[in-house]
Amino acid sequence: MTDTITETTEMTGSEIVIRALKDQGVNHIFGYPGGAVLPIYDTLFQDNELMHVLMRHEQGATHAAEGYARSTGKPGVVLVTSGPGATNAVTGLTDALMDSIPLVVITGQVATHLIGNDAFQECDTVGITRPCTKHNWLVRDVNDLARILHEAFYIATTGRPGPVVVDIPKDIQFKKVIYHPPGHIRHRTYRPKTEPDRGPIVEAVKMMAAAKRPVFYTGGGIINSGPEASRLLRELVELTGFPITSTLMGLGAYPASGPAWLGPLGMHGTYEANLTTNRCDLLICLGARFDDRVTGRVDAFSPSSKKIHLDIDPSQINKNIRIDLPIIGDAARALRGIINEWKETGAASDPEALASWWDQIAEWRAKKSLNFKNSDTVIKPQYAIDRLYELTKDRETYITTEVGQHQMWAMQRFKFEEPNHWMTSGGLGTMGYGLPAALGVQMAHPNALVVDIAGEASVQMTMQEMSSAVQFDLPIKIFILNNKYMGMVRQWQQLLHGGRYSHSYSEALPDFVKMADAFGAVGIRATTPDELDAKIMEMIDVKRPVLFDCLVDPYENCYPMIPSGAAHDQMILSDSEDEPEVTEAGKMLV
Amino acid sequence: METRIQRHTLSVLVDNEPGVLARVIGLFSGRGYNIESLTVAETDRTAHTSRITLVTSGTPQVIDQIQAQLGRLIPVHRVIDITMETPGIEREMALVKVAGTSEMRSEALRHAQSFGAELIDTSDTSYIFEVADAPGKIDAFIDLMLPLGFVEVSRTGVAAITRGAEAM
Repeated sequence: MTDTITETTEMTGSEIVIRALKDQGVNHIFGYPGGAVLPIYDTLFQDNELMHVLMRHEQGATHAAEGYARSTGKPGVVLVTSGPGATNAVTGLTDALMDSIPLVVITGQVATHLIGNDAFQECDTVGITRPCTKHNWLVRDVNDLARILHEAFYIATTGRPGPVVVDIPKDIQFKKVIYHPPGHIRHRTYRPKTEPDRGPIVEAVKMMAAAKRPVFYTGGGIINSGPEASRLLRELVELTGFPITSTLMGLGAYPASGPAWLGPLGMHGTYEANLTTNRCDLLICLGARFDDRVTGRVDAFSPSSKKIHLDIDPSQINKNIRIDLPIIGDAARALRGIINEWKETGAASDPEALASWWDQIAEWRAKKSLNFKNSDTVIKPQYAIDRLYELTKDRETYITTEVGQHQMWAMQRFKFEEPNHWMTSGGLGTMGYGLPAALGVQMAHPNALVVDIAGEASVQMTMQEMSSAVQFDLPIKIFILNNKYMGMVRQWQQLLHGGRYSHSYSEALPDFVKMADAFGAVGIRATTPDELDAKIMEMIDVKRPVLFDCLVDPYENCYPMIPSGAAHDQMILSDSEDEPEVTEAGKMLV
Repeated sequence: METRIQRHTLSVLVDNEPGVLARVIGLFSGRGYNIESLTVAETDRTAHTSRITLVTSGTPQVIDQIQAQLGRLIPVHRVIDITMETPGIEREMALVKVAGTSEMRSEALRHAQSFGAELIDTSDTSYIFEVADAPGKIDAFIDLMLPLGFVEVSRTGVAAITRGAEAM
């Protein structure tokens, strides 16, 4: 707190907003002004502590806040106007809800007496955002404003994190009332369960010690729990000697260089991760949610295993997959409980069973499912990511992505050693996420190298945010794997729809180098493998935003792949194999 | 996994704040759950709580999911499955309009009396009965009235409560 506020200091609604943000430890806001938030922007103008990052579209503001949140563990804060300001934020809200990212989004609303009158830039913001937020509020009385704002931060950041919206009518922003600073919140109804019960912890350790073919399957819940959860996870993996795989969202919780690492699992996961999951006798799911991209065909998912599921959200238990032992609570607390129980009871893994399990895994690893055929003449997208990794691995590097083939290649090939360094749109699969997310990450980590691994189609969805990067001197690197196709759409059309490439060709592409120039950023183009390293180094060395146009093989497909409706042991590893047999039911699964 | 579809009555205690019903209904439509009946009213004015009684159907796994998803809504205090409590009590009220003359008319009146339905309005050609009973009994009463000049029915939906001394 900067200056003292007495119990009798009256403040306007907009002063309360700014004050509450500061009291909640906010340093950065991503936003866009408009009629219904003018009073708040006026207060912001007179404030010299909060840093406001002017975005070019409200969707960009939400993704920037997501990148900021995921790379720092702090909530991302967004300020937008009513009507279109709010509706443009809906994609980012939904994205954050699916990936459990804490966001506090403040929207302006028309004055209370105009609500329901189809006023200019009016929309039913709480109605529209109800299904895409963890919770939302329309502030009808300025006396409730401070409480609601503090509650908003509390709900966004505790339990399973998620986005919240506080909709503030314009007249409320002018009204004067006494401000209440944040205090201890005991919510009337909201009580997230963070401390796991002891019973299931004891049972879990027994099951783990008895397992012959165990595997850890971890997810974004470990990242959300905080760095301590990742540390404890590493300890538990070492203690047990069990193999570990992770979802897209969980990368970095266990280091990719760790001996027990199998790579990610799921549709484009590694052969060894998927076969291990398929054949295990104990699946220990920690902070993941058995998403359809992970399970494939649910009735064939890990058919012979007992399943332990740790999650802070009870509704995830038995949602998709039948669980034998649920543990409800925060990942770090549960991991600590398991480790302590393991040590105290002198539990031990079965060494012989584990050794032969690892032998089996070594055979699957020997398939080298991520191998690809490189070329001397065209840049293979896999090669581009490998080189990007090699040339950036010794720096403090944060990676964001858009959505599609490039995202899956990045997941497979970029090696994450630490949590919070990988920002991607997992659940919603939002093309256009990566560029603004990178901007948010860079704002939080000004000296780090922040790279958005992008596709030429995705990046055009939020391209306008380059302008914000230039304005705020944020030297983000947009590394575009330009294959002139919506690559994943093209791949599915090839595999599932008889090679009828309906509208997946990126016709009339802009010249990204000239475009960078027009934005006042730096454009770099790489066209052949032999020049790639030098160009990547050039990109790293430039202390300005860069659009990197990396022209890659247009026809490369992303393997390995579990075709829709298939089981984990029915992976296709390369183009050379027979076309996968996808059933009609499989085609419907997306 | 058990795949048999079962009918369950859920009691949901919520904070009586604006939009709370929309949250509950939106959850059901958004996730594709059934609502067979829905009853809601404020039950504690000082505590600002309302009780929502929902009749839904699904496999045991879906019923568990519905309860867990309801529990996730911020203004929800508690969710209980009345069908699982041993055995909860359910009542519903219906207003049943029957039209006709002569024998059918007297037949309807006779059945209504034996059902304990109350005659609350009458005209030369019509009766309105009020019947408050278990939902199945109301179904049976309507079935009985169908051939006797049944015109229309208005039902309140189910109100339910657990037995014993405890509150939910």
